[in-house]
Amino acid sequence: MKPAWWQNLLRRWDPLLLLTLVGFFAFSHWVMTSASPQRLDEQWVHLGLALAAFLGSALVPFRWWLALSPLLYLVGVVALVLVLVVGVTAKGATRWLDLGVARLQPSELMKLAVPLFAAAYFHWRQGMLRWWDHLVALVWVVAPTALILKQPDLGTAIMVGVIGGCVLFFAGLSWRLILPFVVAGCVAIAALLQFGDQWCAPEVEWPGLHDYQKGRICTLLDPERDPLGKGFHTIQAAIAIGSGGIWGKGLGQGTQAQLAFIPERHTDFILAVIAEELGFVGVAGLFAGYLVLLLRGFSLTLRSGLWAGQLFGCAAVTGIFLYTWVNAAMVMGLAPVVGVPLPFVSYGGTALVSLCLMLGVTASAAAEPFPGGGRR
Amino acid sequence: MTLETLSPDQLQRRTRWRALVAAVVMVAGFALLLWRLHHLQVAQHERFAALAEANRLTLVPVPPQRGEIFDRNGKPLARNEGVYVLEVTPALAPDLDATLKALTELVAIDPEALRSFRRRVREQRGLGSVPLKWRLTDAEAARIAANGFRLPGVQVAVRSMRHYPYGEVMAHVVGYLGRISERDLQRIEAQDALGRYRGLEVIGKEGVEASYESELVGWPGWEQLEVNAAGRAVRRLASVPAQPGRDAVLTIDVDFQAFVHELLRDKQAAFVALDPRDGAVLAMVSTPTYDPNAFVTGLSSETWQSLLNDPARPLLHRALRGTYPPGSTFKPFMALLGLETKARHLGQRFNHQGSFQIGQQVLHDRKSACQSGVDLIRALTYSCNVYFYQLGVDLGIDAIAAFMTHFGFGSPTGIDLPNEAAGVLPSREWKRSFFKRRRDQQWFTGETVSVAIGQGYSSYTPLQMANALMILVNGGLGPIPHLVDHFRDRRTGALIPVTRPPARFVPLDPANVEAVLTGMREAVRVGTAARAFAGAPYRAGGKTGTAQVVSTQRAHRDADAADEQDHAWFIAFAPVEEPRIVAALIVEHGGYGGAVAAPLMRIIFDRFFGVEPKPEWETAR
Repeated sequence: MKPAWWQNLLRRWDPLLLLTLVGFFAFSHWVMTSASPQRLDEQWVHLGLALAAFLGSALVPFRWWLALSPLLYLVGVVALVLVLVVGVTAKGATRWLDLGVARLQPSELMKLAVPLFAAAYFHWRQGMLRWWDHLVALVWVVAPTALILKQPDLGTAIMVGVIGGCVLFFAGLSWRLILPFVVAGCVAIAALLQFGDQWCAPEVEWPGLHDYQKGRICTLLDPERDPLGKGFHTIQAAIAIGSGGIWGKGLGQGTQAQLAFIPERHTDFILAVIAEELGFVGVAGLFAGYLVLLLRGFSLTLRSGLWAGQLFGCAAVTGIFLYTWVNAAMVMGLAPVVGVPLPFVSYGGTALVSLCLMLGVTASAAAEPFPGGGRR
Repeated sequence: MTLETLSPDQLQRRTRWRALVAAVVMVAGFALLLWRLHHLQVAQHERFAALAEANRLTLVPVPPQRGEIFDRNGKPLARNEGVYVLEVTPALAPDLDATLKALTELVAIDPEALRSFRRRVREQRGLGSVPLKWRLTDAEAARIAANGFRLPGVQVAVRSMRHYPYGEVMAHVVGYLGRISERDLQRIEAQDALGRYRGLEVIGKEGVEASYESELVGWPGWEQLEVNAAGRAVRRLASVPAQPGRDAVLTIDVDFQAFVHELLRDKQAAFVALDPRDGAVLAMVSTPTYDPNAFVTGLSSETWQSLLNDPARPLLHRALRGTYPPGSTFKPFMALLGLETKARHLGQRFNHQGSFQIGQQVLHDRKSACQSGVDLIRALTYSCNVYFYQLGVDLGIDAIAAFMTHFGFGSPTGIDLPNEAAGVLPSREWKRSFFKRRRDQQWFTGETVSVAIGQGYSSYTPLQMANALMILVNGGLGPIPHLVDHFRDRRTGALIPVTRPPARFVPLDPANVEAVLTGMREAVRVGTAARAFAGAPYRAGGKTGTAQVVSTQRAHRDADAADEQDHAWFIAFAPVEEPRIVAALIVEHGGYGGAVAAPLMRIIFDRFFGVEPKPEWETAR
């Protein structure tokens, strides 16, 4: 029996995914009544746009997305180059293109375009893959990442690079090539914990990193180094979280949040508000929500009839996880302060829409039937 | 296994495996976050909860209103005024020089204030504001407020400021407030009273402001405020109001004080008047003087230096701290001692009083009244030196020193003002402790002779002279001189008495006291002060004195040089029947007491007893 039109729609959107997403939106709105009640109206618009982005992008057949990906990628790279040439500078970084009517941040587009194009590349090379195909894919990922890094925008560059890299990982990049990086990362972190004090001395320069980036890492190691300056965010967030206790102080009752001790309380540091006002229980519940969303994302993705769909979906889900984890770790003082919002909860339209777009394309990929027809 | 050998199916299987690895990593990642969350929210909850409270709450001291000071008729001598103050917070002004330049275009700021402002900015600890100009006019305050947006760190604050309406007239008595110094802080800390000065910037430095600091200052209250991250108060959670200090009501009549001050203003002089019945100070004048209002905002170093180096020494409270040989004003006390010890009796007359030989030296007294038939009354009336030379020798220094101690000579009277001078009552003991070399420590009879007429090493403050005279006039009863009559609660208006030390008492024979007072009455009626007091409608007694100024710099005296002129003394009381005022007056380098000090005392007493001035007193002046 041919499914009814609405059954078809629900199949593309996946009821559980949609429900979880709407649950996040409701939660975000609820928390926003405490964190930033004066921005509720704008956030309604953002949530509406994001929902539309999810629903819309899920309806577009994944093959179309694949076909579109080279164009998206090309436009994105050209825009990134243009940013470096004629971009708008604000807060010491050049990230925007002024289109006259609006400002565009091409790096946001690349969060979608890079993994999509990389997945498409593997898809087209399927059956005739050579070892150097990973090298080529790596170039597709590294080139835009380097352009974003040049703006400079370390946070976005890492996100784009890591999500793109995830495509390579899920495409079967050899462990022999991955493990050295994992080990090197672990060694670097261990060394930083051990020798942080000497390395953070003002006269020491870190190769390849800006001073402000060095400062953020050093602040993470010892927030008391500059308690009213760079360390302020980290210290006050820790106080907010810690004072929340198991059950929290109640929505709207957090002194750290309501008396403005938490900076960026409605955007990057909203998790500190949640932890203070809703306590350990609230945050654990939120994390459970993320796990449901992410694991559901994986299980959907793996149903995709196209390898490219699986690659993109896994990379997108891993990307959303990384967003969540980096933001939470930053707020809890486990990671340096980088400008990463909490997915689906933080105030703001750009990141919300681009995340929902990724989730929508993932849903679209999941709905892709196997070439031989039927579903797994 | 190379990629080339993998079929699409194998590739997809590998992808699924990798997804499983990723899912495990995610779960592990969330577990790590939960562990950290548990560490912060459960394990360390207590610590962070306390930190959050500390963040939120701040205790702000509310400084009390300082008690005000009034004269006996309720006229204000020290008031609190709300004034506009132009303040700059250097920490908030990115370019201090530009800000100051802009300010000088808005309001007139004299360069001296600018210099002292810069000095205070340099010395500043912490991030507070520094006053730049006090007492802005309404127009100035409005002008700055209107330009506030382009002057970061600049504010116009309303501050409570001490104002002394009578200025220099009451300067030495009322004193002044000044910024709490490092030394003040140490003293406050030693008294364990730091809490009382939280939120306060000034403290009594001089006069009544200093001696009654603890009554005047009050008790600070506090407010518990909820503050936001910017330090701005959001809500008041609890408060305890400040308790204002007590108002002090002085015994002085400021109009009388101002009259005396005006009379003495172009002289270097001191005047103290006491009410013998209770020791209340009726007036206490020292000239020249200074404007205490200048001290409140902080003196410039130039002004301070010029006050310090002024040869007329305006900062010296002469009545309290100036010490002078008493000259002949000491004679009544010597006469009393003569009678008390029975070394003299009333009818005892002496002839050949024109000269006195001591060792190789012959001292003369050429006044005709002092030549022959000199008894104790006449010796006081005409101030016969030879009579007292002989008396001094007869009594000896030990008896003199022992007796005079009871009249407060050589020790502070105990008046309620800070840093009272003790003066010097010479004795063998004093000389031994004062001089280092052994041959200087020996006492000579010639020195006893000097002491007997109030010269030599003797030096007392005008207050001591008035105090001693009060004891004499009272027949031995000496209430402690005091300036504050009572305190008043600022809120209830209730009067609060001052606890005073008990009066001193010198056992004296009333007949002897009567004899000495008669001698002083005769001095005013027919003797050394007769011209000054001719025609007075009240009966006064007194004693003139001319204190020699011994030049230590120059080998021989130049009697015409202004700074080597003798000091003119007069001590007096009135009315004789039942004295209501005893007073001591000294005019530095004024000359003869009878010619200079006594006429001034006449004018003062006339004013005190409400006598209309007559033209002849004007000419006498």
